[in-house]
Amino acid sequence: MWKTIVRRFLIMIPQLFVLSLIIFILAKNMPGDPFTGLITPQTDPARIVELTEKAGLNDPWYVQYMRWVGNAFQGDFGLSYTYKRDVADLIGERALNTFWLSLLSVLLLYLIAIPLGILAGRYQNSRLDKTIVMYSFVTYAIPTFVLGLIFLFLFGYKLEWFPTSGSVDVQYDPGTFSYFWNKIYHIVLPSITYAILGTTGIIQYLRSEIIDAKAMDYVRTARSKGIPMRKVYSKHIFRNSLLPIAAFLGFTITGLLGGSIFIETIFGYPGMGELFVSSILSRDYSVITALVMLFGFLALLGSLLSDIIMSIVDPRIRIE
Amino acid sequence: MKGNELLKINNLHTGFRIKDTFYDAVDGVSLTVKKNEILAIVGESGCGKSTLATSVIGLYDQNKTRVQGEILFDNKNLAALSEEQMNDIRGFQISMIFQDPLSALNPLMRIGEQIEEGLVYHTTLKQTERESRVLELLQQVGIRNPERVAKQFPHQLSGGMRQRVIIAIAIACKPQIIIADEPTTALDVTIQAQILDLLIDLQAETEAGIILITHDLGVVAEVADRVAVMYAGEIIEEAAVEELFANPKHPYTRSLFNSIPQMNSQSDRLNVIEGIVPSLMNLPRSGCRFSSRIPWIPGEAHEENPTLHEISPGHFVRCTCWKEFHFKTDKGGGTHELYANK
Repeated sequence: MWKTIVRRFLIMIPQLFVLSLIIFILAKNMPGDPFTGLITPQTDPARIVELTEKAGLNDPWYVQYMRWVGNAFQGDFGLSYTYKRDVADLIGERALNTFWLSLLSVLLLYLIAIPLGILAGRYQNSRLDKTIVMYSFVTYAIPTFVLGLIFLFLFGYKLEWFPTSGSVDVQYDPGTFSYFWNKIYHIVLPSITYAILGTTGIIQYLRSEIIDAKAMDYVRTARSKGIPMRKVYSKHIFRNSLLPIAAFLGFTITGLLGGSIFIETIFGYPGMGELFVSSILSRDYSVITALVMLFGFLALLGSLLSDIIMSIVDPRIRIE
Repeated sequence: MKGNELLKINNLHTGFRIKDTFYDAVDGVSLTVKKNEILAIVGESGCGKSTLATSVIGLYDQNKTRVQGEILFDNKNLAALSEEQMNDIRGFQISMIFQDPLSALNPLMRIGEQIEEGLVYHTTLKQTERESRVLELLQQVGIRNPERVAKQFPHQLSGGMRQRVIIAIAIACKPQIIIADEPTTALDVTIQAQILDLLIDLQAETEAGIILITHDLGVVAEVADRVAVMYAGEIIEEAAVEELFANPKHPYTRSLFNSIPQMNSQSDRLNVIEGIVPSLMNLPRSGCRFSSRIPWIPGEAHEENPTLHEISPGHFVRCTCWKEFHFKTDKGGGTHELYANK
């Protein structure tokens, strides 16, 4: 198994190479340049030429590409043009924010979706099942920004239970308990919004898996042993039904760093999604390329993780 | 019930709900299973064989199924028991062997654990005793290295091995009745013979009554003591195996024998029974149910309300049409002689 994992990592190298090339060329060909926003009619044209030359933007594209890749290998993704900060530092800080937000979101999501999916599947066609299916379709139909704005208005603005933006209030010192607590306080509302709206897939998947599993021959065998139905569900049906959920776990884990563009933008939360959008809007090449590279790497890593998880939970699957 | 009778089924009706109506797939079946006996139930697909079996062990979907009549076992009427009461009997006094060993085992559970499960609920054995009982059972069903197999997962075993495991599960608590629902259908022929031998051996040890459901008359000839032939939810002929093979009476039974492919036949066509088993909703509920498939036999030959007639001791035939019956193209018909000298 370890051999396979190493080999999968090696295969990632050419994949990442192709990805980096595409990203670089796309980013290069975006209209505008990083100085567009800084230029006013008063700006001296000579100053613009000087800036462009200094940033190396006049070099041929492959020289720029090689320079970028070379630096990236050393963990240097350049300087953000808009934030005037190291891209690696900037992303590191945002990634941490996003990680906490995503972690709580996903935990809440599973806490809501798995029990509901199990109940809907177990009591198929009951009133409970119909209610759950209805819930999952209603939440599927609500766009994130609509529910986000409703929650912000109700719980943030009207009732003032939760903050309306940011990731932490300024008066707390990093490292203290109240700082940590204040951070959690900031992610509750966006997490709940995310969790409520993201349940549909898991509920529907789990429900249909359980309905399928109930009709399986091995469930009949289990029943023929005379063990209580409760045990048949917990030992035979649920375990088999949760396999596809486990299959997505790898992607979910790496997805924790991706962040949600909508959630973070609406709740003014300084995370990866929000950084991605704002850097595109401000043509911040170095940030965009670094982020897309990172997302690409995470996607590849996610599929490997999923394979590993599957090989652990399902004895029939061995990665060779 | 008489001394050696284990199970007595009286006028059993098992119906499935389609929309809001129940249609009986088993329509008034009466049977007895004696101790130390293999009772074979044969018939085409859709005759109600499996439904009869699942009714006895209570493994039907309770929302869609209606069971009426009596299934007397151990002074209880199984048809009237609740799910919880049935759980005390299932796997303990009555157990079942399933058709498809490839799908009848939980793919995520080790073999040992799957065999042990029933022991947990029906015996007072301790963990270590259960484990040694599992190894003993695996040995009993002819698995050579039980320690290794107990730790394996189903996908690591061959079809024949898995069927042995399923049999081990069924006999784990030394049941009095074992229902074997086409236990050899999914296996290749050499493995079939091994599994049948195993069933016979186990029966000799346990003295259980076995209900063997099959459509393979070869299997019946090899292992059964008594045979009940089912058609369209009814038993149409019942007799000791030698009697039935030597002297089949009902047109359906004779047609079944006639449709067995013959090694020495010069004909390049197989004998088949005309038509198909009517579907559940279209089952004729009166008259001779087989009449539509032997249309060349005049209607007067059939009884208006066919009942089982005992034509010789222990040999029952439904309807009177057998007296008039002849095959359409009168060439086959002697097929059963192949099995007559069992």
